[in-house]
Amino acid sequence: MNESDVVRILASIMLQSSPLIIAVCGEILTERSGVINLSLDGSMLMAAMVGFVFGLQMNNVWLGFAAGAIVGAIFAAIVAFGSIQLKQNQVAIGFVLTLLGDDLSAFLGQNYTRMPGVTVPHTGIPLLQDIPVLGPIFFDQDIVVYFALVLVGITWYWLNRTQPGLRLRGSGERPEAAFARGVNVNRQRYLYTILGGALVGIAGAAYSLNVKIGWSDGHIRGFGWIALAIVIFGGWSPIRGAMGAILFGATKALATALQGAFPEVSVVAFNTLPWILMILVLLAVGSDFTERFISIMPKSWQPPLRNILRVQPPMALGTSFSEE
Amino acid sequence: MNDSPTTGNSWLARLWPIVPIIAALLLTSVLLLLFNASPAESFGAMVSGAFGDTNKVLSVLAFWVPLLLCSIGLLVTFTAGLWNIGVEGQIILGAIGASWVALHLKAPAPILITVEILVAMAAGALWAAISAVLKTRGHVSEIFSGLALNNLAIILTNYLISGPWQPPEGGTFRGTAPFPEAALMPRLLESRFSPLSLILAIVAFAIVAIMLNNTTWGLKLKALGKNPYSSFLLGVSSERETILAMMFCGALAGLGGAVRVLSWFDSLRQSISGGIGFLALLIVMLAAYRILWVPLIAFFFSAVLNGSITLQLRTQLHSSLGGVLTGLMVLFVLLFGTARSVGIGKKQDTDSGAPEVTAGPASTISSDMGGGG
Amino acid sequence: MRVELQDIRKYFGPVKANDGISMTLEEGRIYALVGENGAGKSTLMKILSGYQPPTSGQILLDDIPVDFHSPADALLKGVGMLYQDPLDMPPFRVIDNYLLGRSDHARLDYKSARAELEGLATRYGFELDVRAFIDTLSLGERQQLEMVRLLAGGAQFIILDEPTTGISAEQKDILFDSIRTLAFQENKTVILVSHKLEEIQDLCNHAYVLRRGQLVGETELPCPNEKLVEMMFGQVPERSPRPPFETGEIALSLEDVSVETHRLSIHGVNLEVRAGEVFGFAGLEGSGQRLILKACAGLEPVTTGRIILSGEDVTRWGYHRMQDYGMAYMAAGRLEEGLVAGLTLTEHLVLVDPEPSFFIDWPDAQADMSGRIETYQIVGTPDTTADALSGGNQQRLMFSLLNDHLKLLLLEHPTRGLDVRSTDYTWQLLYQRREEGTAILFMSADLDEVIERSDRIAVFSGGVMSRILNAQETTAEELGHLIGGEA
Repeated sequence: MNESDVVRILASIMLQSSPLIIAVCGEILTERSGVINLSLDGSMLMAAMVGFVFGLQMNNVWLGFAAGAIVGAIFAAIVAFGSIQLKQNQVAIGFVLTLLGDDLSAFLGQNYTRMPGVTVPHTGIPLLQDIPVLGPIFFDQDIVVYFALVLVGITWYWLNRTQPGLRLRGSGERPEAAFARGVNVNRQRYLYTILGGALVGIAGAAYSLNVKIGWSDGHIRGFGWIALAIVIFGGWSPIRGAMGAILFGATKALATALQGAFPEVSVVAFNTLPWILMILVLLAVGSDFTERFISIMPKSWQPPLRNILRVQPPMALGTSFSEE
Repeated sequence: MNDSPTTGNSWLARLWPIVPIIAALLLTSVLLLLFNASPAESFGAMVSGAFGDTNKVLSVLAFWVPLLLCSIGLLVTFTAGLWNIGVEGQIILGAIGASWVALHLKAPAPILITVEILVAMAAGALWAAISAVLKTRGHVSEIFSGLALNNLAIILTNYLISGPWQPPEGGTFRGTAPFPEAALMPRLLESRFSPLSLILAIVAFAIVAIMLNNTTWGLKLKALGKNPYSSFLLGVSSERETILAMMFCGALAGLGGAVRVLSWFDSLRQSISGGIGFLALLIVMLAAYRILWVPLIAFFFSAVLNGSITLQLRTQLHSSLGGVLTGLMVLFVLLFGTARSVGIGKKQDTDSGAPEVTAGPASTISSDMGGGG
Repeated sequence: MRVELQDIRKYFGPVKANDGISMTLEEGRIYALVGENGAGKSTLMKILSGYQPPTSGQILLDDIPVDFHSPADALLKGVGMLYQDPLDMPPFRVIDNYLLGRSDHARLDYKSARAELEGLATRYGFELDVRAFIDTLSLGERQQLEMVRLLAGGAQFIILDEPTTGISAEQKDILFDSIRTLAFQENKTVILVSHKLEEIQDLCNHAYVLRRGQLVGETELPCPNEKLVEMMFGQVPERSPRPPFETGEIALSLEDVSVETHRLSIHGVNLEVRAGEVFGFAGLEGSGQRLILKACAGLEPVTTGRIILSGEDVTRWGYHRMQDYGMAYMAAGRLEEGLVAGLTLTEHLVLVDPEPSFFIDWPDAQADMSGRIETYQIVGTPDTTADALSGGNQQRLMFSLLNDHLKLLLLEHPTRGLDVRSTDYTWQLLYQRREEGTAILFMSADLDEVIERSDRIAVFSGGVMSRILNAQETTAEELGHLIGGEA
């Protein structure tokens, strides 16, 4: 493998991870407001199918993305309505929507399987794309990749450096305290569940229109669950979440690369990688591994490290709130 | 506050449970119209596809048995507050275990089938134990470990049928060679239905029903599902009971997997579970965790899915329609199932178990998400 | 701001939480609101601070009738409430917590917020690090931060709910000074809900007394304590006398026990508790007393040292083994760590059966529970779920579930949140246990309770245990000094 191979692989990792990054940012916004939208796997399948079909029918890839966003928003709105308005169990609703999205996408998309469609054009950024190494990885891509990267920054900034971000986090951490400060908690939750769902829909469409082009039954089954796991792995932070998404993208690219290098190793070994990685990262997050790691560091490093590495779900995640 | 008694529309409250079902049928009809299919004809085709002749009825029964086994296993894990989404993988491991015996052991049929069943149950239980230990020791939500293990089980199946266990004529990625007749469960009238499997399911049902209501273990699981820490302080070992509940469910799912390979099919196939585990989760939710409803709903699901397969053969409409119909029903029942949730009728203090039981598993996901730092 | 309540009523179904309360609060004065548990204080405060609308009645601020739509609306109109558990955002930084909801601009103006926050803090003698995370602050500091937030929001009328529970003596002094500044120099109106009569006498000008939802009296302060108590309870309640008791052999001994967690470490604890003895732990929340209780229960690993219970070295035993051996532990949060909401009383009893049978004999268990309901005077039936019981009855249920002949009984705040009568009954039950030779080790935030109910006392301060005191020879003052860390 020479240098240009490595750069090419890294560029492909960026492309592979871009939908996951978008979905992870969306779900982080939702969960930070206190709602778990567990329907990701189903809503991404539906968005991928609808986005593909709509883009094909309209012959416009961006309308495909818009349709995907709407589908994701609708699924999320059902979760929000069920949990906020009807006070039913979020996990149960999300899980049923996951299965429903799977079957519904297979049924509605049955006449559109395995056909060519519209795709996102490649758009290098002038000048920036000529930077050695970094250029081809980050700036010689398409708009979906740029969108994913910019979204990470915007999401981080929105959460941490703006008044609406404080209101959003407040609703997910301690809704009664947010309410005492004049925040309409349930409106925040509706807003960010639906907005997050729209992003998840865009992520689904990004698969069928850009990364894994086309449609077939269960086209991207499993990616929604991986996105949900990455949200935990990333400690509900968009930057760490994006790094997690890239890590998963890397296992995919690595599998392809290694398959070429070691043809004698069965494809099975590589297919298992993302799932084993998923368990291992959740294990690292869930056990006291992080705390042990921090405790062997020099004393003065410990508090800042704990701030960076701490993984704390939003305190009110998955609970309902009523103003009394 | 709209839970004041409203006696005027009590008839609506009484009829309410069927409203979500009708809504699901209506919405499915709309989908059918989108595909230029007549809803009446399609549903008719589904009914005749499920009950049209003896063989079709036996087929519904054959599909029903493993579905029932998994559903009652899930009742146990739901009671303990666990979202055992890994049930799908536990079925697959059961199927793999039974297949391993069928391919490698030569013995008279009764012994062979007994060993197959025991190995299948052990394999399912052990696969479930992985999720359980990851939860109790590593604080990994059983939802995520279950999903990963489901996918790993699928990959393992694919590896086995295209590698070590491929048929002599070469790997087709579709399945192993058919097992010898002695290794298969005796089946009725050339159908896929094995009366033995039904007997096993009935026994399992009775055990679970008694276990949940009349044993100390069942009560411990119920306590654990409602409040793990209080239960611990009251003397319940949450780790032990969590692992046992998962393994119990895994064993029943494994038995279901054995029924799939030894009665529904005659070999290990690529999609051996056929999504039964996920369907079983829906069934238990639709039954609102009440055990007596589980067999009825499972039978209904089996009929719908068998019917939709026939529908696909006859009209080219994708068989996922059955999944859409059942999925919509469960969704609507979850959202609007209790009349109270939409503010109709009287507030009932002892409402159906659904809201309070669902409140249990909800907490598991947030408590398992993170917590290391 | 002059605050007037006219005939405030709040009904929850048949329960009259507030039943026609009228009172007037003048500006520049500090008021106390006192009453037994369940007298209607917290309901009234929730109405005053905009959390709940009254069923009927009127609130006037400076003679203008107002309706509060939410706590935020109440603050806009000048009413701020400081809760016992401050309504802040533990994972946030101090500055973000301060900024949340302060303006409608999307951009956060850190610079001016910081100046504002620090200015207010200095004015009232608080020291706040704006960059710190709230979950690293003490309760007292969090209170100060909330106070600053309310004042910045324009509060002219300030309500404080049990503000001194769980804060240090030093922080209490700072708080009281700031309250005096607010009332006497800045002419704000202050009302304080408290159980601690000494504090009320020290700080407040005037007291209103509630009983069963009604205003039953008022008095200028200071006044004799007996007068307040009589108004609160109708008559001064007799506390049942502590029966004299000869303690037995040494039941529990701790030898050089150390417990370390990443939040707090406690080292070299030596302690002996005799059979039948009642031993009290005093100290601020989080000073180490709870750690030692949990270590004795097998819930917290002991780093060094030995714990011996009735001759057995139980240092490394787990909680369930300790339970089987004759230890019982009652945590403070009844429905969070003790009872299971949704399970019936009978089901609880079956769960704690020391010799469980595989199959449950329901009629037998039902009969057993009925008996205990009678013995422990629980208001409920065997089929009532634990969450449907009132606090006092939940406490009785927990006692009824304890096995006989315990070697050791560990209790966290055994009477927290109970009214005087329930408290007294709880202690009667506990004293019965000593007849069986049970060693009782309890912690409480109520110094009077510790002094009155214990045989001997240890005080914890910042992870250090004091010398052991004889309860009959000590005073609340001495304990107060020890709690503050003075030897």
